[in-house]
Amino acid sequence: MSKPILEIQHIGKKYRIQQSRQPYISLRDSIGQWFKPKSQSQDFWALNDVSFTVNAGDTIGIIGKNGAGKSTLLKILSRITPPTTGKVISRGRIASLLEVGTGFHPELSGRENVFMNGSILGMRRGEIKTHFDAIVDFAGVAQFIDTPLKHYSSGMQLRLAFAVAAFLQNEILIIDEVLAVGDAEFQKKCLGKMDEVSKSGRTVLFVSHNMASVKSLCKKGLVLVNGKIEFQGTQTNSIIFYQNNYNTANVFNHNGTIETAPGNSNIRVLSFKVLPKNDDVIQISSGILFELVFFNYKKNINLDVTFELSNSDEITGIFPENLLNAGIYKFKLIFGENQRDVLYIHNDVIQFEVLNETLGSNSNILPGIIRPQLIYTSNFID
Amino acid sequence: MFNPIVEYEIKPRHPLNPGFSELWQNRELLYMFALRDIKVKYKQTYLGIAWALLQPGLMTLLFTLGLGRIINVSTCNGLNYPAFALSGFVLWNLFATGLSNAGNSMVSNAAIIKKIYFPRLVIPVSSFLVAFVDFTIALCIMLPVMLFLGNGPVLAAWLYMPLSILLCFLAAFGLGTFLSAANIKYRDVRYVLPFITQALFFASPVIYPLNLNPQAWYTILIRCNPMYAPLELFRAAFGYNINAMHLWPSIACSLFFVAYGLYYFKKTEHFFADLA
Repeated sequence: MSKPILEIQHIGKKYRIQQSRQPYISLRDSIGQWFKPKSQSQDFWALNDVSFTVNAGDTIGIIGKNGAGKSTLLKILSRITPPTTGKVISRGRIASLLEVGTGFHPELSGRENVFMNGSILGMRRGEIKTHFDAIVDFAGVAQFIDTPLKHYSSGMQLRLAFAVAAFLQNEILIIDEVLAVGDAEFQKKCLGKMDEVSKSGRTVLFVSHNMASVKSLCKKGLVLVNGKIEFQGTQTNSIIFYQNNYNTANVFNHNGTIETAPGNSNIRVLSFKVLPKNDDVIQISSGILFELVFFNYKKNINLDVTFELSNSDEITGIFPENLLNAGIYKFKLIFGENQRDVLYIHNDVIQFEVLNETLGSNSNILPGIIRPQLIYTSNFID
Repeated sequence: MFNPIVEYEIKPRHPLNPGFSELWQNRELLYMFALRDIKVKYKQTYLGIAWALLQPGLMTLLFTLGLGRIINVSTCNGLNYPAFALSGFVLWNLFATGLSNAGNSMVSNAAIIKKIYFPRLVIPVSSFLVAFVDFTIALCIMLPVMLFLGNGPVLAAWLYMPLSILLCFLAAFGLGTFLSAANIKYRDVRYVLPFITQALFFASPVIYPLNLNPQAWYTILIRCNPMYAPLELFRAAFGYNINAMHLWPSIACSLFFVAYGLYYFKKTEHFFADLA
């Protein structure tokens, strides 16, 4: 137990990008290459000197933008592609769920597909047989288990696929956003199963764009930016770090003299922040605090400052708990005088994201811009 | 419940270990891949697995009525022509189907290769197994037909037949692994494959006995054909006269292809996921 279950040491992955190159090449292209200068290729490091250790029982959320190297890291850990530099020492069986239902074949029955998919994921036949009833039960497709998969609805296929994966016995699970499957009820079941898995002492590496699910599943976090680890720590700190620095620029700070700050001869904006009021991260129930620092050249005037907030429509105001729905919002600052004359307008000064929180069993983002918790009373009238 | 903890490293690799032990550990997966392909192959066909025999049977009929009469060969080194052609087609089908399945196998399973790790060799080997199932069925029906044609198996068939099947496997395996790996990088292989198969067909004693002139320059070339030895041995099981000394170039060539095919496959397999 003393040794970490996974040691990732100075992993790097280099891809060669070539201009106007097909994803696969033909012999003709290859021969053509002999006569061309080789300057066309360009090295691109999808991962660069990434090192971290994972202890048995850790649940780690890997956060990062598209193209930050998350998927490449998972591919290396699941041995799909080798690293260019460095190495990984693993002391357990790794199961990777980069997608659900790998190897599913539409012509085969549900039963045959369970065995096929289970085998590909590295389960022994005996293991699959032991868990077969539980898998079918979990997926809720017992009635159709001998029907060819092509007659299943897409939801049923996904449920069956997740069910197989849920019964993997591997010590290390690598999961890439596979949770976003099925209807709300099944999603809840999946989250419950995932929670059970992480509590059973198994090691989970989880990649997602969905901060809410990272938050609910993982204890530790890791932020990847341009192929490098920028932050490692608890899950909450990682999300805060990510939100503050990369996800959306929810802090604007001007470094320099007042004269160079954005604005005009009336107003200069020095800093503007959007912060969670009650919580560590901005989410629906946290409340949102605004902090604006500006320099006013016009002394002794009746100054008004207006926020205009937009995602699809425009609303104005300052936001208490449970008002804004989840989503990304942009700010527009308007400075005026005497409710009449506009002094300065600053567009898109910052943007921020409100994280989604699950309401009952529904983890989808609800439609609309506001999401207040209203108290309803209902009376029945004969 | 957990397996004993195995420590292993993931790092840049080199194609030195052919990976047979890993293949053996994954024999269940090998079986599952083969089972899937067999089941899928005859789904929604009316005659189903009967096609396994109908293909060589119809070809034999065609060639007996056509070529057999034109070139007027009644007996070929101890076999009458229909028996000669049938035995040739049955074994050739094993090779040609195995080769074509294996050659296209990596590309048709690209979606799986990109998403999950398992020893990649499982795929071309399992695709040969699919051809082998067809062959076994064809063989079971072929034996009584051969008896009926007056060329039943001889006593030494117990030696010749497994040996010829093994050699046929090696021939298909060597070329198949090479082509399947090359196919990932160069999709041209898909178009070259039928041509290679056809060329080998004419260079092999399938529909006509190659009564080679020992002095001719091309004789040794023809005998280097990896399918020369398996076909000769397969027919020897039914009383065909062969000269064992003529088989060695073919066997040697086959083994060379196996070694090179495996080396090339292992060298490139780590990048399949990046290229596929």
